[in-house]
Amino acid sequence: MQHEENRHLAALEANLKRRALIFKIARRFFDEQGFLEVETPLRSPAIAPEQEIVPFTSEGWFLATSPELYMKRLLAAGYRNLYQISHCFRKGERGKLHNPEFTMLEWYRAGDDYRTMISDTEQLVLTISRELGFGDAVKYQGKTIDLALPWGGLTVSEAYKQLAGWDPGPNPDPIKFDTDMATKVIPYFNAHRPTVLTDYPAPMASLARLKQNEPGVAERAEVFIGGLEIANAYSELIDRKEQTTRFKKEIEEIHRKQKRDAPLPERFLVAMDNLPASGGIALGMDRLVMLFCDAASIDEVIAFNSDNA
Amino acid sequence: MDISEVRKGSKVLIDGQPYNIEEAEFMKPGKGRAIYRYRLRNLIDGKSMERTYHSGESMQEANISTREGQYLYKEADHFVFMNTDTFEQYLIDAKKLEDKQHYLKEGMIVVTLFLGDQPLDITLPIFIEAAVVKTDIAVRTDTVTAQMKRATLETGLEVDVPTFVKEGDVLKIDTRTGNYVERVVTKK
Repeated sequence: MQHEENRHLAALEANLKRRALIFKIARRFFDEQGFLEVETPLRSPAIAPEQEIVPFTSEGWFLATSPELYMKRLLAAGYRNLYQISHCFRKGERGKLHNPEFTMLEWYRAGDDYRTMISDTEQLVLTISRELGFGDAVKYQGKTIDLALPWGGLTVSEAYKQLAGWDPGPNPDPIKFDTDMATKVIPYFNAHRPTVLTDYPAPMASLARLKQNEPGVAERAEVFIGGLEIANAYSELIDRKEQTTRFKKEIEEIHRKQKRDAPLPERFLVAMDNLPASGGIALGMDRLVMLFCDAASIDEVIAFNSDNA
Repeated sequence: MDISEVRKGSKVLIDGQPYNIEEAEFMKPGKGRAIYRYRLRNLIDGKSMERTYHSGESMQEANISTREGQYLYKEADHFVFMNTDTFEQYLIDAKKLEDKQHYLKEGMIVVTLFLGDQPLDITLPIFIEAAVVKTDIAVRTDTVTAQMKRATLETGLEVDVPTFVKEGDVLKIDTRTGNYVERVVTKK
C-alpha cells in the first residue's frame, strides 16, 4: 500500500511542480497590479445559501463553499482590489473535474463590473501560458487551444438557441437548463478557443446584478477552456433588500426540499449597505492547472483527493 | 440512498431488478444541479443500460451478497442447494438458472448471488467434469477434418465431442462456452 502511494505521488511530481509555478505566477500577476492578497475564515457561522451547493458542517458552523461573502465585507469596508487563493468545500462533488475540497482563486475590483473580470482572466491565463513557455496556444487532451486575445463570447440565449435548440429566456426550468448545459452546450463549444458565456437568466445568479435594460438577465459570465468550466464572474449585486429577498427564497427552498440548516448571513447583509459597485470572479485553480498539465482528471493535479486522503 | 452516495460498484434496485453500477460520471455546472450518468448492468440477465439522475433524487439500494452453496438435487421445477456454512437449504427456479442448470452435478459447490434472502443466480466453476451417459458409436467417414459427434452428459448437457469418446468416459467441459475440453477418465 505504501509502495503504491509512493509510486502514485512520484508520478504526480511534474504536475505538482507546475502547479506551484502557476500559483506563483498568479500571485505575481495580482501583486504587480496592486491587489491585496487576503485570507478569510474557512469556518463560518453562515454562508451564502445556495440550493445546489451543499456545505459541510463543522460544530454547527459551515466550511467555506467560497470566500465570496467575506471578500465583499472587505470591499464594503473600503478595500478596493482584493484577491485570495483558498480552499473551498462542497459536499458530494466528486468526479473527474471535482473534488469535495478544491482550490479557488477569487478576486474583486471595486468600481468595476463583470466585463473587467473577464479581461483580467484573459490576461491572467495568457500570462501563465507564456511564462510556462507555451506561448499563446496550449495543447489540451489532443486539441490545440488558441489563447490569443480577445476571446470569443456569446450570450446564454445565443448558446442555447444554437446548441440546444431552445431559448432559456428569463426563467427556464432549472433541470432542463443544467442538463442541457452539461450535455448539449459546453461539450459543443469551439474546442480550439476559450469561450465566454455571458448574461445568465436572473435565477441562475443569486449574487449578481441584473442588466439595467434587460431585467430578466443577470450580469454573470463564465469562462470555458477545453470543455473545462474555469471561472465565474459577476457584476456584484449591491442592493441589500434585493439580496435579502433572494437569500430568503433560497433558504425556503433548501428547508423545504433538503431539510438542511441554512441561516441567513446577517453580517454580510448589513455590510451590503456600504458595498460599492464591484466586479468579482471565482476561478477554479485545479481546473486551470489541469489545462496547463494536459490532465484529464483533477486527481492528476492534487496530491491527495477524497478517495486517497 | 441519496443519489450522491451512489458509487461505481454500488448495487441498486430498479423496477425490482438488481443492477451493478459499472461506470459513474459526475457532471456539475459550478452553480447548477449535479448530473449523475451511470452505466448499469443487470445482475440477473447481464444486460447493460444507461441512466441519468439529478441531485435530490435517490436510488434504492440492493442488499446483494454472495454465499457458497452445494447443489443437492433437482425437485420438480427447481434446484435445491445447501448453504455450506449454515447447512440451510434454498431453492432456485430452473427458469432462473437457464442453461446453467445443465452443468449442475450433485455435490458441486457454486457461488450463489442473493438479493436479501432471495437467491437470484449462481456462478458456476469455469470447468466441470461429468460422465457421458449417451453417445452414438462413431461412424468413420473418409474425410481428414476432425470428426465430432453429439454426447449427452450425466448433468443433461449435450456437447459435441471427438469420435473416440465412449459412454462412461468422464469429460472436462468449459462452462463459459459449453465446449468439450478434454477426456479426463477413460471407461475401461
